[in-house]
Amino acid sequence: MIIELGHFALILALAVAMLQAGLSLTGAARSDPNLMAAGRLAALAQFALIALAFATLIHAYFVSDFSVANVAENSSTTKPLLYKLTSVWGNHEGSMVLWVLILALYGAAVAWFGDAMPPRLCARVLGVKALIAIGFLVFILLTSNPFLRLSPAAENGMGLNPILQDPGLAFHPPFLYLGYVGNSVAFAFAVAALIEGRVDAAWARWVRPWTLASWCCLTLGIAMGSWWAYYTLGWGGWWFWDPVENASLMPWLAGTALLHSAIVVERRDTLKSWTVLLAILTFSLSLVGTFLVRSGVLTSVHAFALDPRRGVFILVLLFIAIGGSLALYAWRAPALEPGGIFAPVSREGALLLNNLILASCCATVFIGTLYPLFLDAVGGPKLSVGYPFFDRTFVPLMIPLLIAIGIGPLLAWKRGDLLGALQRLWAAFAAVIVAMLIALYLSHGGPVLSVLGIGLAAWMGAAALVEFADRVRLFRAPWAEVARRALTQPRASYGMTLAHFGLAVTVAGIAASGFQQQSIALVHLGDALPVAGYTLRFDGIGKHEGVNYTADRAEFTLLSGSRVVGQLAPERRFFPLQQQTVSKTAIHTNFFADFYLALGDPDGKGGWAVRAYWKPLVPFIWIGGVIMAFGGAVSLSDRRWRVGIAARRAVKGALPAGRSRA
Amino acid sequence: MTWRRALYFLPLVAFLALAAYFLRGLAPGYDPQVLPSVLIDKPAPTFDLAGLKSATPLTNRDFAGEIVFVNFFASWCAPCRGESPVLMDLSRRNVIQLYGIDYKDKPEDAIKFLQEFGDPYRRIGVDESGRTAINFGVYGVPETYAIDRAGRIRWRHVGPLTTQVVQTEIMPLLKRLGAS
Repeated sequence: MIIELGHFALILALAVAMLQAGLSLTGAARSDPNLMAAGRLAALAQFALIALAFATLIHAYFVSDFSVANVAENSSTTKPLLYKLTSVWGNHEGSMVLWVLILALYGAAVAWFGDAMPPRLCARVLGVKALIAIGFLVFILLTSNPFLRLSPAAENGMGLNPILQDPGLAFHPPFLYLGYVGNSVAFAFAVAALIEGRVDAAWARWVRPWTLASWCCLTLGIAMGSWWAYYTLGWGGWWFWDPVENASLMPWLAGTALLHSAIVVERRDTLKSWTVLLAILTFSLSLVGTFLVRSGVLTSVHAFALDPRRGVFILVLLFIAIGGSLALYAWRAPALEPGGIFAPVSREGALLLNNLILASCCATVFIGTLYPLFLDAVGGPKLSVGYPFFDRTFVPLMIPLLIAIGIGPLLAWKRGDLLGALQRLWAAFAAVIVAMLIALYLSHGGPVLSVLGIGLAAWMGAAALVEFADRVRLFRAPWAEVARRALTQPRASYGMTLAHFGLAVTVAGIAASGFQQQSIALVHLGDALPVAGYTLRFDGIGKHEGVNYTADRAEFTLLSGSRVVGQLAPERRFFPLQQQTVSKTAIHTNFFADFYLALGDPDGKGGWAVRAYWKPLVPFIWIGGVIMAFGGAVSLSDRRWRVGIAARRAVKGALPAGRSRA
Repeated sequence: MTWRRALYFLPLVAFLALAAYFLRGLAPGYDPQVLPSVLIDKPAPTFDLAGLKSATPLTNRDFAGEIVFVNFFASWCAPCRGESPVLMDLSRRNVIQLYGIDYKDKPEDAIKFLQEFGDPYRRIGVDESGRTAINFGVYGVPETYAIDRAGRIRWRHVGPLTTQVVQTEIMPLLKRLGAS
């Protein structure tokens, strides 16, 4: 009965979404405040209904109701409670409901904070969002309905893929979707602006917090996914250039570009049509990612069950959403007036460089990901391009961006002083040399590229700090003055420093992967395996019973000389329900280096294959991601986004450029 | 229309071209899972495996001068059960010389499997570690390779063999290899 309630709520949500689209768009066209207010109510109602539908689905998983086909196919009674609940989004149908739930959540948030915005802009944004919701609700109800009953009910469920039964993966999809789907807000703003034919500083100021919020979630989501791959897949890799990983990276690159170009629109009232295009493309890339994952067009380890009917349906949705918005763009964007002009060397110029490079990187990933599809169409051989392609294209493209990131924030608007900026960065140059010397010394002359990479990371990190010190006039003003300035800096500028510093931390982690040491060996009880100056002693192996698996658990002691550093217990878990073996790696970390151990197959004569790695600075990759997301959150808390201030400015209309920040 | 205006159509045109590719990718018959082997026309990997049901080991030298088919299977693999009638039919009609490699399996389980579903193989090697399969580039069982008289891999099929694959691929292949 409860699951039928959820089904009904979802159908009702579709009706409400249709109502929301009609009311909001007509209301905006006629400037009718009553219709527009009703549209905002509909957005809240739509969220409440989808939340109800989602809650019934969670309930079905909670009580293991195997008369529901979706539950029977993806859950089982022998599973820990956490994974029963996270299985809701571990499958195609359930994850689509989560997708529309988040879409509606953002819609409701726009409606809730809508008082601060011009009512017509708010109504158009909600109208566009409702159109997207209609498309995906119809998709769920017609091709991917999780509320269908199974008759007769199954005895027990088929369970969740064991590799997905992991806390890291349990919370990775919600964050990823919060990121993906959050981009729909910027998209809706862009389409609304094209309909109105007006983009100004005020528009950019409303778009930016939404973009920032989804960017933070996407950053965390990608970092979590990469961390999960690192400790689960057992090879110590953290990024595989898999189509599905790339599908999340592309909106992130485009979204990062959008964050930066929106600053230019806000402050200088220029780059308008480019920013609108970026907003459209960012969400389009999220949609394309959804299509790639769920259509089976590309082979991927992450792909959901293949169903051509679904693929065609999503393609039609893509065609309407992306094709429609780009057609609107082609028609209306030329009317957006170009704004202030600027010299190539200026803050605007630096942000434009950032955009050009990020867009090129995004295009590279796009081509690399879809290459098999393109090549096959012209009759070429079937192959997929892996990390060699991306290493040779993506990485060289990123390097100029990473160098420029240190200089850009020091340039003035309109016309900057490059030489002056470089002079102020003398401390960063010094940091580069010191960091490279330390890296060379510690790695005994390790790989050149890694040493240079560490230098690059030091440059970015030091430059971010120098820029901040410059702003608070550290060492140049009395301490009281410095403290006053530090306290009155806008949160957004703290956010930028944190985000840029976080990126430096991540780059350091990536660069240091060249220093890793590994040992792959067959070990017997009592053997000592030397790895990177440490010794790994094989103390024992035994059987271990989990809730829904049995495991071989090995006990190792990590020694430095004769001092015990830690205990590691890698496992090979066998899940009888799915007849699948999953490796559970053991990691000993001190946040500066990981000791990573994976248990392989036994040779049947008492020997066990093990893969042991020493990975310096690898935790920095994810710590940097968290710092970046935290920087975004700090920036999001800046007072200029707050409702009251935005509202007062909205009344006054667009401000002259360049006055909005302290 | 000026050139400047035309520029604004570029994103739309690019997307439409992309959509055409996507549509093609969804067309029936397009299968991204079909992966060619990099070993095609290269010498088959050498191996020396313990024999199943016999004391003589199975090595690649046993194939010298003959066109043989090597089928990777396992008792725990469900699709292998599906393809076994096709293999039995091929062996009864004596169309091909079929050798089996038992992949990551216990010999006693494999013997039970063959008793139940029939044994279409001339001889079988036991690849308990899966190392031979790795050298062949096996994606998963079942998987079948054709090796020519010179010991080179000429054909590979991922997944269970069907009568359709026999008709449209194996028969023409035999004709080609017999002629050359």
